Amino acid sequence: MTGTMNLAAEVQQASGVASMAWLLLVLPAFGAAVLLIGGKRTDKWGHLLGSATVIAAFVYGVVLFLDTKSLGAEDRLRDVHLFDWIPVNALDVEFGLRVDPLSLTFVLLITGVGSLIHIYSIGYMSDDRNRRRFFAYLNLFVAAMLLLVLGNGFVTLYFGWEGVGLASYLLIGWYQDKDFAATAAKKAFLMNRVGDVGLALAIFIMFKTMGSTQYDVVFAQIGNQSTATVVSIGILLLLGACGKSGQFPLQAWLPDAMAGPTPVSALIHAATMVTAGVYLIARSSPLYSLPQAEDARLVVMIVGAVTLLIGCVIGCAYDDFKKVLAYSTVSQIGYMILAVGLGPAGYAFGILHLLTHGFFKAGLFLGAGSVMHGMNDEGNIRRLGGLARKMPITFVTWTLGYLALIGFPFLSGYFSKDAIIAAAFSEGGGRGWVFGGIALLGAGLTAFYMTRLLILVFLGKPRWENLKSEDGRAYHPHESGWTMTLPMIVLAVGSVGAGAILSGILPEWLTPSIGELVEEHGPLSHTLIAVLTVAISAIGAATAFVVFGRREQPVTRPARVSFPVRAARADLYGNHLNEALFARPGVWLTRFLVFVDNRGVDGLVNGIAAGLGGSSGRLRRLQTGFVRSYALSMLGGSILVIAALLMVRFA
Amino acid sequence: MTPTYYLLLSALLFTIGAVGVLVRRNAIVVFMCVELMLNAVNLSLVTFARINGSLSGQVMAFFVMVVAAAEVVVGLAIIMSIFRTRRTASVDDSNLLKY
Amino acid sequence: MTTSGTGSWLLAALLLLPLVGAAVVVALRGNDRTAKLAALGFSVAEFVVALVSWANFEPGGARLQQSFSFDWIPAFGVHISFAIDGIALVMIAVIGLLVPLVIGAGWADKLPEGRTKGGFFSLILLEQALTVGVFAATDVFLFYVLFEIMLIPMYFLIGSYGGARRQYAAVKFFLYSFLGGLIMLASVIGCYVLAGDELGKGTFDWATLVQVVHDAPLSTQIWLFLGFFVAFAIKAPLVPVHTWLPDATAEAPIGVAVLLVGILDKVGTFGFLRYLLPMFPLASKELAPLVLVLAVAGVIYGSLLATGQRDMKRFLAYVSIAHFGFIALGIFAFSSQAMTGSVTYMINHSIATGMLILVVGMVISRGGGSSRVADYGGMAKLTPLLAGVLLIAGLSSLSLPGTNSFVSEFLVLIGSYPNAPVYTIIATVGMIFAALYVLWLYQRIMQGPLRGNALVGEEPLAGPSTGTAGGVGTLVDSAVGAKKAILDLNLREKAVLAPLILLIVGLGLFPKPVLDTVTPTVDATMCAAGLVDPVQSAERQLQCP
Repeated sequence: MTGTMNLAAEVQQASGVASMAWLLLVLPAFGAAVLLIGGKRTDKWGHLLGSATVIAAFVYGVVLFLDTKSLGAEDRLRDVHLFDWIPVNALDVEFGLRVDPLSLTFVLLITGVGSLIHIYSIGYMSDDRNRRRFFAYLNLFVAAMLLLVLGNGFVTLYFGWEGVGLASYLLIGWYQDKDFAATAAKKAFLMNRVGDVGLALAIFIMFKTMGSTQYDVVFAQIGNQSTATVVSIGILLLLGACGKSGQFPLQAWLPDAMAGPTPVSALIHAATMVTAGVYLIARSSPLYSLPQAEDARLVVMIVGAVTLLIGCVIGCAYDDFKKVLAYSTVSQIGYMILAVGLGPAGYAFGILHLLTHGFFKAGLFLGAGSVMHGMNDEGNIRRLGGLARKMPITFVTWTLGYLALIGFPFLSGYFSKDAIIAAAFSEGGGRGWVFGGIALLGAGLTAFYMTRLLILVFLGKPRWENLKSEDGRAYHPHESGWTMTLPMIVLAVGSVGAGAILSGILPEWLTPSIGELVEEHGPLSHTLIAVLTVAISAIGAATAFVVFGRREQPVTRPARVSFPVRAARADLYGNHLNEALFARPGVWLTRFLVFVDNRGVDGLVNGIAAGLGGSSGRLRRLQTGFVRSYALSMLGGSILVIAALLMVRFA
Repeated sequence: MTPTYYLLLSALLFTIGAVGVLVRRNAIVVFMCVELMLNAVNLSLVTFARINGSLSGQVMAFFVMVVAAAEVVVGLAIIMSIFRTRRTASVDDSNLLKY
Repeated sequence: MTTSGTGSWLLAALLLLPLVGAAVVVALRGNDRTAKLAALGFSVAEFVVALVSWANFEPGGARLQQSFSFDWIPAFGVHISFAIDGIALVMIAVIGLLVPLVIGAGWADKLPEGRTKGGFFSLILLEQALTVGVFAATDVFLFYVLFEIMLIPMYFLIGSYGGARRQYAAVKFFLYSFLGGLIMLASVIGCYVLAGDELGKGTFDWATLVQVVHDAPLSTQIWLFLGFFVAFAIKAPLVPVHTWLPDATAEAPIGVAVLLVGILDKVGTFGFLRYLLPMFPLASKELAPLVLVLAVAGVIYGSLLATGQRDMKRFLAYVSIAHFGFIALGIFAFSSQAMTGSVTYMINHSIATGMLILVVGMVISRGGGSSRVADYGGMAKLTPLLAGVLLIAGLSSLSLPGTNSFVSEFLVLIGSYPNAPVYTIIATVGMIFAALYVLWLYQRIMQGPLRGNALVGEEPLAGPSTGTAGGVGTLVDSAVGAKKAILDLNLREKAVLAPLILLIVGLGLFPKPVLDTVTPTVDATMCAAGLVDPVQSAERQLQCP
């Protein structure tokens, strides 16, 4: 903790290669601009330009990484000042970049996985008339995501934060003539906005209390702030993280987001964007590491633990290939959030799991895309089955990703997830047992639902043989082309090896950004926890084999099921809750207000007008046309005047 | 000299005139009643002028008479033309000028 | 006549050019094409002059620049005097930008029977001259007069060229604004009398009045404040005196709606800054909670009502009401950040909402004139570019970072938070509603399957390779029953929208030129009102002269 704060004060101005870091943003943004403005003229080569800019960004990212690696650990925090963005008196929001180990890690993940998925999309989207625009949106996403992780202040982070939200909105709603896709996109943007409000409010508090929104100032001064300030900023940042990362209570948008094309699900809704919440908390580690932030960290851990359970439980019940993976993502991000909530003992593991998860989950999604590509976009796993022989490459790569995810010994997930579980146990006391236990339970459930997926999709009988897809075509499963299989192979290799390599170097590499990894030892030894985790995962996988592998699965899902399954199928009533608490009352409130505005406020105004007109109409009736009645009123008036005069005179 | 009797008479004449204006229908009679009211006022003006030893009240009375004479000219002309067009001089019959 | 500073002739040209233009265009109205070209020429010239005036403006110099003045009614100390400060300058520049675009957008619109394009455009130019005058007037009486006269061309623009219920809307607009103006007149005279008591001779000169009224006791200030406030609140409009705006926007022709929302309404918030704060600092502080409540109520109320509208143009009006809530919040939160945010909000709202209105107008013109949301659906298939520009305008309206509106909304909120945290939190929640109504509109009109009476749905007849920019659909004209094609944006429409898109992105990424122009004037306003920034920094500080 102290290490971070000392280092935070020593941010240096970048020179040499790093001073060109803006290239990282400009390259994909340029691609997006050309493709969007160029319109149909760029149809022929748009996908190539889109991929090339991202690959170029990746290459530059590697150069930057090597450059930073060559510096001493204390020189690795560098800022690139670009221009003053919003300067008004005491407020100075600068547009600058922070080039440090944490941001570079993300840069490599984003541009690396991004490049692979661009290549994959060339094949996947080849039938789409608007492929060029798809690549423009993907580039837009990469640019925004890079800004998110590279920004050197909370406002630039916020810029990227909402930018990726926009790209996500555009891509979820890609099939925009389908109502469900448009609605899912809107839902994603709205729920993200709820989180964004939290982030925005945190920024406002920072400005009020510390007079700046730049990382260097905020992190240097956060230690002098009151507990209330620290905790409220911490919880508001967490709200932002919940929105973007699909954490409880804002998790409902992520499964719906699967309405977008599969490469989008892999890149945005598995590997990169949804992990922005983890990045935010890791980036704010100087805040969360403070002793005053104890309560905020507890909330972070609770959110992570609750979400990881929710994700696992719902994942067990869904029949949609991509939605199961989506809930798996929700649950895995729950692990990461839990890890970064642990403080210095967990930041590095959270990031580690984020990276390995980036590999295997992207691979799993691409595998799902490959399956659906060969199966007329069929996503219902009950209508699949026995595809292992039809799609050997997809099967092998997918299985490697699967093994990595469930934590098969010495594959990626084994290193990252087990480390989180061990760190949770070593939190100590009742907390350690509760969070460690939940994480352990989650590992078992993960193995269960992933095995179920494996069996229903790739093993067992080919249930699709006698079925037709929605548009009436028969299924002819086939392996995908090389643009699609190549990224899957690369990601599978990463799923296998990344964990082993990264777990050794990552904690030390990240130290300048997030502080040293504090190793604590809990009541259980790490070896015991590793054995326990593998055992519980094995039990979960074995149970799935027993339940799904040994009997035939019906094509339509059973309607009569026990309450837990029903609840899980209904998202544990998350959507019902949102509907009942916000959507419905909101609609009624809106209708009521429209009525009030038309009848009440405007009615009052028009009422006054009508009242004036009406009473004038009445008064007009006094003009009867009879001279004598006028004379009488004159007499009456005169008498009144005289009486008034006399009263004044003699009062 | 006490003004009481003169003022009483003036008030009486004014009241007769006012009541006449309100209750009679014949335009000529109404017109005469208006004259009666004007003259009642003239009477009080002259009375107060005499009591206060100031001429301004008397001058005022002359003004009133001149105005009344002018009024007679205009008023009677109007009544004449109404009578010519409508064959009646009843004030209640000419009520077109209303809401 | 007295002038001070350089460039007085620039301001004079800014005032006279549209007036002359209006006269010329009305004289040419017999020939549609010449009249249109003349109107466009004059409006572009006005914009160029506005830019030159901006180039001549020194942000760090005197508060009022490029001024000139001569006597009008010497007996009452009334002058015809004009000058600009940073706020007036940027507003005049925005007017200069919008008018040519509005003329371009209305180039091919159908007008009601018996009306000519020349008459229409000359009224617009007249309106432009008067609004420039309102922003530049430095004599309070002159301001009042122009404030009222400004209503007349607008009355005719709505009442003669508008939709079916245009008479009702025009009268309602006029009565509302006129009522506010009259109440303001009472306060204007009150200030004059106060100055008479103080100086021995009454004056309407703004700079002098600021000095005099400034020190008046609180009770006096409150009454005078309220007089001005009612007029400005109606103009802005704040809830609950907003109901004229939906009617006026719904009935006005599209271009006029842009001017109404983009420029005329800004006079209200401009008045807050120019008149309320410097002249009545005590009352402003005393009554700030009242204004803040109205402002935040406007944000939430306007947003919710926008989601509940069935008519696109009324929707736009409620969106603006929500945005004006933000502007008022920023002005009465008393920090230079929030106030600068409000001023930039005024500009950015003109650009973003102006574009949104223009785009909605393009949608409506393709739907046979129907502005009912339910008559549309799935248009993105037929007109992808139109969908794109609608989304861009919408995203700016919901203040997405990277668009101009983000800068201003962010400044308003971050600047308001230190002084008014509760109001700011509520207004920040309004951001969610903003996303809700914008995306709701976009989804209803552009996404989903092709549907709605206005675009009777068939798939695009031709593939993407036809000569037109987008696909071609069919439209059943409800009156004739004839079919005609729904085309994507044409060149003229692209030319109208391109500068707006450029500004939306440009000012979103690099707002510094505008901020640097506006901030000194905001600082002067803060100082005149005796306000101090709640958040201070050692190096960068609000500077009082």
